[in-house]
Amino acid sequence: MKLSGWGRYPVLEARIHRPRSVEALRDLVLREPNLIARGNGRAYGDCAINRSATIETLHLNRMIAFDPKSGQLVAEAGVLLGDIISAFLPRGWFPLVTPGTKFVTLGGAIAADVHGKNHHKDGSFRACVDWIDVMGHDGEIRQFSRKKDATLFDYTLGGMGLTGIILRAAIRLRPIETALIRQTTIAAPNLKSVMAAFEAAQGATYSVAWIDCLGTGGNLGRSLVMLGEHATRSDLVPKQARAPFRVKSKRKLSIPVDLPAFTLNSLTLRAFNAFYYWAGARKTDVQLVDWDSYFYPLDAILGWNRIYGSKGFAQFQCALPLDRSEAGLTALLAEIAKAGSGSFLAVLKRFGKQDGAFSFPMEGYTLALDFPVNTKTLELLGRLDQITLDHGGRFYLAKDSRMSAATLRASDPRVADFHAHRMSQGLASRFVSAQAERLAL
Amino acid sequence: MTKPPVLILGARSDIGKAVAHKFASLGHPVQMAARNATALEADKTDMELRHGVPVTLHEFDALATDTHEAFAGALPQLPQIAICVVGLMGQQTENEGDIEAATRVMRSNYEGPASILAVLANRFEERGNGTLVGISSVAGERGRATNYVYGSAKAGFTAFLSGLRNRLSKRGVNVVTVLPGFVATQMTDGMELPAKLTAEPGEVADAIARAVERKKDLIYVRRIWRVIMLIIRSIPERIFKRMEI
Repeated sequence: MKLSGWGRYPVLEARIHRPRSVEALRDLVLREPNLIARGNGRAYGDCAINRSATIETLHLNRMIAFDPKSGQLVAEAGVLLGDIISAFLPRGWFPLVTPGTKFVTLGGAIAADVHGKNHHKDGSFRACVDWIDVMGHDGEIRQFSRKKDATLFDYTLGGMGLTGIILRAAIRLRPIETALIRQTTIAAPNLKSVMAAFEAAQGATYSVAWIDCLGTGGNLGRSLVMLGEHATRSDLVPKQARAPFRVKSKRKLSIPVDLPAFTLNSLTLRAFNAFYYWAGARKTDVQLVDWDSYFYPLDAILGWNRIYGSKGFAQFQCALPLDRSEAGLTALLAEIAKAGSGSFLAVLKRFGKQDGAFSFPMEGYTLALDFPVNTKTLELLGRLDQITLDHGGRFYLAKDSRMSAATLRASDPRVADFHAHRMSQGLASRFVSAQAERLAL
Repeated sequence: MTKPPVLILGARSDIGKAVAHKFASLGHPVQMAARNATALEADKTDMELRHGVPVTLHEFDALATDTHEAFAGALPQLPQIAICVVGLMGQQTENEGDIEAATRVMRSNYEGPASILAVLANRFEERGNGTLVGISSVAGERGRATNYVYGSAKAGFTAFLSGLRNRLSKRGVNVVTVLPGFVATQMTDGMELPAKLTAEPGEVADAIARAVERKKDLIYVRRIWRVIMLIIRSIPERIFKRMEI
């Protein structure tokens, strides 16, 4: 069947298998010459597609054990973060690290070592992972942790599923008192001020900025910085405090069809971005927001990936080292504004320190944008790659769908080590995605 | 307030599991019945962890109709809602040549489900309340060359449910017939199904929970199937027999 990532580009013809048991999965691993695991298909590009055997793990989605003392949850890889929230938020627990959608699987979160708005404080997803059960190319299941097979544990977090099939994991949840977030919005008129706001907010639990990627001149880098803290019971009015985990269910919007490509042009984008900034800048006070609206605003629009039309879109996300962030971001934003093809939601975030043999984040700043796929934007993305390389940055593989192997190698000396590890463990020929082929991983 | 228990017959299937999760998430204790029920141990733990309701496992063979009275009697509590998800599609070409295979399909889709629902119906009638749900199929609305063995058994089951509903309508027992249309399950894995006509198991479960709550008689999971089947039923046999559909 036709298969693509969330960006709906590229679309590849692939055979998909949906094992319902570990035994069925083992049969596939032993039978197929090469394969890749796929969770809920929320990575943007081709990292969870293997043309001859894509193994969807959504049926291996059982929760196995929960320890209410430590907050440790053991679950199969196909469990969605949203399932974990539904089950445990009412009992006062929340994922320690979450990306911008709750529709990712536990296995996918581990494979991409995803990050969230608290990266500067808590690190990437690995921070909450105690151990991982991985099925190797021989069909055997091995448990990796910081103590046992630490190298394999390290490479599996951020290894894009290329170290084996992630089967189960133990993760630690965060205790919370309410389902609400105390959000503070800061309007930052330019890049210097948004970076200053991030540096001043190092103590905040959550921080993220929406950035107007079409601002030029004095408006370059114009942003709304949103800080967040888990609200405590004392932050709530008494009526709310009696049911601190209850949130009103909201109507979900849905994009049922592909919008025509002209819907998003530089005029509508400019208007949207200007309006968004203006509207946000008007309410720069403290608000209580429910967890779903705060962490997952786009999840409320089911199928939002269709607003870019049937050709799909490409994501771009890079991380820049702290000392070269300002210069790099200035160059990237200037190039994007010049091209005039920005995205609805461009996101800027301060990263903190990062461990990991192959994980994406690095201390500094990360910029994420999406573009409708066409020749013009693909050329622009090539220029953004080069600017990132020039400033010592690197790229997020969960977002990538079009980078070249040469670009990736030039960006990150760890790529060669990762490849060597795959070769030495006999993984390189067995766990293969379309992305791994394109990037020679 | 604890909610009354729900029995799922054929709980190992994708739809069975989805329905079990749905009712558990609404706070109902769940009785999961299937062949080789101990293999559902991991699902039991999962459902108890997620939804905080008790889940019990019960050995049940739809084809062993002589065991159905004893099965119903041995349940820890007579359920308030019983949902029969049992079914077997088989391969039409195999069903044409192999009478044993065809018989298994007929028995799995009609005889077994009708037998256990008949047993439960009598007990519900005696108690004076309850809801019985049967998962039948749009394939039962008209026999087609591509799956008439399966379809004919489902047609029998649909008629059985409608008769049961007629009999029990004044006795406080509701009978719901569910016609799911295409569903993305293990049974249909590998078939190229049109996305607009194909429901996810979770969607079927949501529709069933809604139908039970609103005391519906017969539901199509996706509304478009009502229109499609209206058209298919209205084609004259003289034309229909020559069509490839």
